[in-house]
Amino acid sequence: MAISLTEAAASRVEKFLANRGKGIGLRLGVKTTGCSGMAYTLEFVDDMQPEDMAFDSHGVKVIVDPKSLAYIDGTELDFTKEGLNEGFKFNNPNVKDECGCGESFTV
Amino acid sequence: MALLQISEPGQSAAPHQHKLAVGIDLGTTNSLVATVRSGMSSVLIDDNGHALLPSVVRYLEDGYVEVGYEAQAAQSIDPANTIISAKRFMGRSLAEIDVSTQPYHFVETPSSSEKMVQIQTRSGVKSAVEISAEILKSLKKRAEKSLGGDLVGAVITVPAYFDEAQRQATKDAARLAGLNVLRLLNEPTAAAVAYGLDNGVEGTYVIYDLGGGTFDVSILKLSRGVFEVLSTNGDSALGGDDFDRRIFCWVLEQSNCKPLNVNDTRLILTKAREAKEWLTDHANAQITSVLSTGEVIDLTLSAKKFNELTQTLVVKTLNPTKKALRDAGLTINDIKGVVMVGGATRMPQIRLAVADFFKQTPLTNLDPDKLVALGAAIQANTLAGNKSDADLLLLDVIPLSLGLETMGGLVEKVIPRNSTLPIARAQEFTTFKDGQTAMSIHVLQGERELVTDCRSLAKFELRGIPPMVAGSARIRVTFTVDADGLLSVSAREMTTNIEANVVVKPSYGLSEEQILIMLQSSFVAAKTDKQARALAEAKVEATSLILAIEAALQQDSALLTPSESEAILASLTSLQSLSNGQDSHAIHQATEALNAVTETFAAKRMDASVSHALTGKDVAKLDL
Repeated sequence: MAISLTEAAASRVEKFLANRGKGIGLRLGVKTTGCSGMAYTLEFVDDMQPEDMAFDSHGVKVIVDPKSLAYIDGTELDFTKEGLNEGFKFNNPNVKDECGCGESFTV
Repeated sequence: MALLQISEPGQSAAPHQHKLAVGIDLGTTNSLVATVRSGMSSVLIDDNGHALLPSVVRYLEDGYVEVGYEAQAAQSIDPANTIISAKRFMGRSLAEIDVSTQPYHFVETPSSSEKMVQIQTRSGVKSAVEISAEILKSLKKRAEKSLGGDLVGAVITVPAYFDEAQRQATKDAARLAGLNVLRLLNEPTAAAVAYGLDNGVEGTYVIYDLGGGTFDVSILKLSRGVFEVLSTNGDSALGGDDFDRRIFCWVLEQSNCKPLNVNDTRLILTKAREAKEWLTDHANAQITSVLSTGEVIDLTLSAKKFNELTQTLVVKTLNPTKKALRDAGLTINDIKGVVMVGGATRMPQIRLAVADFFKQTPLTNLDPDKLVALGAAIQANTLAGNKSDADLLLLDVIPLSLGLETMGGLVEKVIPRNSTLPIARAQEFTTFKDGQTAMSIHVLQGERELVTDCRSLAKFELRGIPPMVAGSARIRVTFTVDADGLLSVSAREMTTNIEANVVVKPSYGLSEEQILIMLQSSFVAAKTDKQARALAEAKVEATSLILAIEAALQQDSALLTPSESEAILASLTSLQSLSNGQDSHAIHQATEALNAVTETFAAKRMDASVSHALTGKDVAKLDL
């Protein structure tokens, strides 16, 4: 059971957290919306919940709630550039199918 | 697969519902677009890695339009169809600009509704709004490509001194470009937001903005998260380009060149700019070039010499700075921080001069070229709803002045336009007639001097004023506009504390077009308005004097000799007939004449009332 960040993603998250001036880490999660079942969420974390699981990856604290973990266990979060666009990308081994744009998925 | 950004806790967007918003710095020389990603504001670059987009638009054959660097390159070969600095024409009429210095073919507009300057290009007649729209379109395209989706809106920055017509023109340009304007933000405010001053200590800040061709200095006051522009000043013909020109002249002097042709001029100017930029962190700059005449230029410019050459330019920026401080009624001790904006503020001599003037180190750690766009992006992100409500900034202004009707159908402005919301202003008014017990409060909106030319918002009455001599009642009228633009007006008689009030929505039912038309008419009608005001004031003065004299005659005509009485009556009749006419000057003169003729009468009345009061009384018993 683990969630990890690539080095590029970790350095970005560190930079964004520093810029924000507060926050203890990064929350990865899923919620049941979207065109194909589940959607990823990516948020800054100010407070941890008692049930939250925490992982350390390249010095960044990654926080996941246990319900979400079932869907994204083994995921590696990457930071990439596509043309002029840049952002985070979930490499989730559990995904069976995703919608055309990749914003939502099914397991 | 779509790329995700980090959201604030609990603010994750549903798929395909990202609220993409950008901040745009629509500059005179260069424009930029920025956005907030993963909580961090950053400027978006184009395919070639450029952050800046030169604010240059070139109209080509077949209706094709070039924007930015391509257009800039064509500036000297196709000047009539390549428009630079269109921002200077925004919301301006032909009469307001110096046509002689511009290479364009300006067009007179016959219709009175379109007052803005128009330029004849090979693609037809273009207004500054359309030209600016091309720049905005280009930035919008860049943003959508970078963010991978449609924009919900944009915050566009404007100079703090922009009037309503110029702001409206900016909004129209955005609409033409298909951008939803979330808000127009003052450039100095955007710069302050970029430094996070809005979350910081309350106080007064100076924004020193030296761009390519313009210099603006603004004094901002931050209180409770709201920035108020206290004063602005500047020089619309002073910027980094002038520093290049000083080097250019020095080069010509040193090398004894003959007057250069266009290409050589451009070449040396480019070398001059490179030298200027090099000197920012080097002690010496090498200027080498071969002119088309075969002449070789090889010079070394030291930072010290550069400082000498440009000393007068640096001083030129400090004079408007002093004026802005004076207008705000402040001294350098009141200034909490100084923000440097504009690429030219990278020059060490500028930073030194500013630090020396304000006796503190200015803020320079963010890129001065990008500051305004970064701040606008932060504001856009908040307005688009990507942050929790608690962080929402209140930075809005009143589009048109709010005021009251006074005697003679005149409008007394209580809250001037462009005041920041929320705001409350009170003003004292008095009664016009002896024994007046009620006052009608007529609330108006607009820039014109006469009630008939402004928009009526509400009318209410304050009753129960105790009967007093005209001018002695004190009625305090308070205008309050809350953060949502909701206006409430209350009137209170100060001796009895009786009160009446009304709540109005100022811009309700007033479309932006109407606002623009109203504003334009106020500029056009400024002269006739002034005359109308003078006439109305003269009439009010005359009427009040006539009333007073008539009352006095009724009471004390016995005090007058027949000849005095005759002179007063003649003068009174003459004023009565004139006061129905249209000649403010004649009314004024007749009023003066009546005043002069009744001077002895007034003195006699005074004597009479004093002796009446004293008659039969012992001086010793008088209560003095």
